Amino acid sequence: MATDWYMYLLYFLIFPGFIFSLLVGLLAVWIDRKVTARIQWRVGPPLLQPVYDLVKLIGKEVLLPVGAQPLVFLFAPLVGLAGAVLAAFLLGSVNFLQSSFVGDLIVLVYLLFLPSLAIIIGGSASGNPISAIGSSREMKLILAYELPLALAVITVIINAGFTLNLNNIVAGPGAASVSGFLALLVTLICVQAKLAVVPFDIPEAETEIMEGPLVEYSGLPLAIFKTMEALLLYILPLYVITLFLGGLGEGWWMLLGVLKYVLLLVIIILIKNTNPRLRIDQAVNFFWTKVTALALIAAGLAALGEIYGVSWL
Amino acid sequence: MSKSPEKKVIPFGPYHPVLEEGELFELTVRGEVVEEIYWKTGYNHRSIETIAETKTYDQICFLVERICGICSHSHPYGFVRAVEDLAEVEIPERAVYIRTIVAELERLHSHLLWMGLAGHFIGYNTVFMWGWKYREPVLDILEEVTGNRQHYATLKIGGVRRDLEESKYEKILDMLDDVEEKCRMLLEAVPEDPVLKSRLQGVGVLTEQEARDWGTLGPTARGSGYDIDVRRDHPHAAYDWVDWDVCVEESGDVYAKTMVRLRENMESIKIIRQCIDQMVPGPIENEVREIPPGEGIGTYGAPRGETFHYVASDGTNSPIRHKVRAPSFNNVPSFEASCIGEEIADVLLTLAAVDPCYSCTERSLKLTPTSSDERLLTPRQLLEASRNKTKELIDQC
Repeated sequence: MATDWYMYLLYFLIFPGFIFSLLVGLLAVWIDRKVTARIQWRVGPPLLQPVYDLVKLIGKEVLLPVGAQPLVFLFAPLVGLAGAVLAAFLLGSVNFLQSSFVGDLIVLVYLLFLPSLAIIIGGSASGNPISAIGSSREMKLILAYELPLALAVITVIINAGFTLNLNNIVAGPGAASVSGFLALLVTLICVQAKLAVVPFDIPEAETEIMEGPLVEYSGLPLAIFKTMEALLLYILPLYVITLFLGGLGEGWWMLLGVLKYVLLLVIIILIKNTNPRLRIDQAVNFFWTKVTALALIAAGLAALGEIYGVSWL
Repeated sequence: MSKSPEKKVIPFGPYHPVLEEGELFELTVRGEVVEEIYWKTGYNHRSIETIAETKTYDQICFLVERICGICSHSHPYGFVRAVEDLAEVEIPERAVYIRTIVAELERLHSHLLWMGLAGHFIGYNTVFMWGWKYREPVLDILEEVTGNRQHYATLKIGGVRRDLEESKYEKILDMLDDVEEKCRMLLEAVPEDPVLKSRLQGVGVLTEQEARDWGTLGPTARGSGYDIDVRRDHPHAAYDWVDWDVCVEESGDVYAKTMVRLRENMESIKIIRQCIDQMVPGPIENEVREIPPGEGIGTYGAPRGETFHYVASDGTNSPIRHKVRAPSFNNVPSFEASCIGEEIADVLLTLAAVDPCYSCTERSLKLTPTSSDERLLTPRQLLEASRNKTKELIDQC
């Protein structure tokens, strides 16, 4: 691995960092829109539509609402984007460059929290009652899904032999045990909420509160939020692959990795298109009872397997 | 706006993605729970009644068709019934059957359209698109019967404008089979979807007493166990010549209103089949030469409830008074009973569940000053004020 500082900069900005993940993210957005359209008997947009949308947004005027806190309002999207790009870089270096450091799993979990945080901050700073409702819903949703998500990560850590190093986790058993599989299920459900898509698009519910926290955003800040969401569509399936499905692989195995990615993406899109939106209390209830119970069982089984040395648990 | 920290006023409208038309709902919420609802219409007044008084009876059929894009058979039906009541005209049997066929096709397409929209409002866009795709063949049948997909222009005083050729019966029945299959699929799929049920059951409950008190009509009333249907209670068209049931559900929530509409779809198909079977040959209209002086009323069971038209004539070729009451006029105020104590997410669904049609409801708005120092201007005074202002501006230049 190169040691020069400008190489690091290239890694961060181009591959596997910002530019590369943005391109994949935009492609994922297109796949999402196209598959959704086909399910709904529509034609769907052309390949470059997400790019056109982004370029159009960047060219639009930036409006500052009267009641907003301008500094926080404008910095929130940047915080979210920074978190998403760093997470993409971290996951990219593990999967493409096999470079990793001790504790990067913890860093990753924190970085994945930043986009949601940015949406809450931005929504609260805009001074719009509808944004405030969206922000409070996002907060409740985070409180709902973060616990099972963390429990699933703990399960993975135990299964991989108490390691916090992503490279070791890729080499670990992943979902190839009962506890691993349960943790995979839990993570998939939480990913749906983290992406804020149906049935958990409660904070942005466009037919209720019109994109909630984003309602006052326009122009470049909105484009940054949309970029962040595109990046998340790349990061979160990759996160699942890294933790549970043995990574993207090297050389020709990478093709299989791409297949895994597309499959996960299509699962997310299918869930999105075959469910109505839940109410926030129903969502919190669902996560705190069923999903957390499942995650606890997974963690418990993993611990038992570790204590008694049973590998299939 | 309230200054209390826990209470917020959330405005929905005049422009909001969940409401296709211009109207305002202000929800006073504590957290997400709605404590008060204030609603205001009047953004889309079109002076239909006044225009009607300047048109001839034949022209009004086309005018009232444009009150609503979805109930574009209901309003002309109410109107021609009012005029026929006034002029005491007998309608040939064949024309009655054709009118009923178009009416029930309209109910089918309206209910399927609502089904799709309801899906959209709860974020289930697949249902939205599928519902509207299933609605397409209904519009095709309407085109086959009347020549138009919307605004059928099929009614005239004394009969219908266009005959339904016998060679088309078979084709229409075939297309109806296709629609029936889709409607049955929807009717069976909704009660089996647990997520959908969790989202619709127990939401926006309107008890039977409330439904009576607020004078609700149509599926809104029938979903609350209030057994009322103008098609059965005041028989018109061919409704007492065919066999059909009034669909009533007891629970009063959005789910009940959905089920009423889905079941009514099946009844509509049944009615259309019987009408085509029983159709007799004969004339399609009795020519009406004169409209005598007098008054007439016409009611009609539109997809959303009872449509009411009143016509007063002085013997000339246009009415001296034409009053329209759309069913949403009765249904919309029931929000004050059904929306309190619900969450925001559910309130919007409850608003949508009565299938409101705001611009059809709006007739006129009369303002009265709330205090003595408030100034109200008549249109003439407003015009005068605007001319003076323009003159002032020109003088300044």
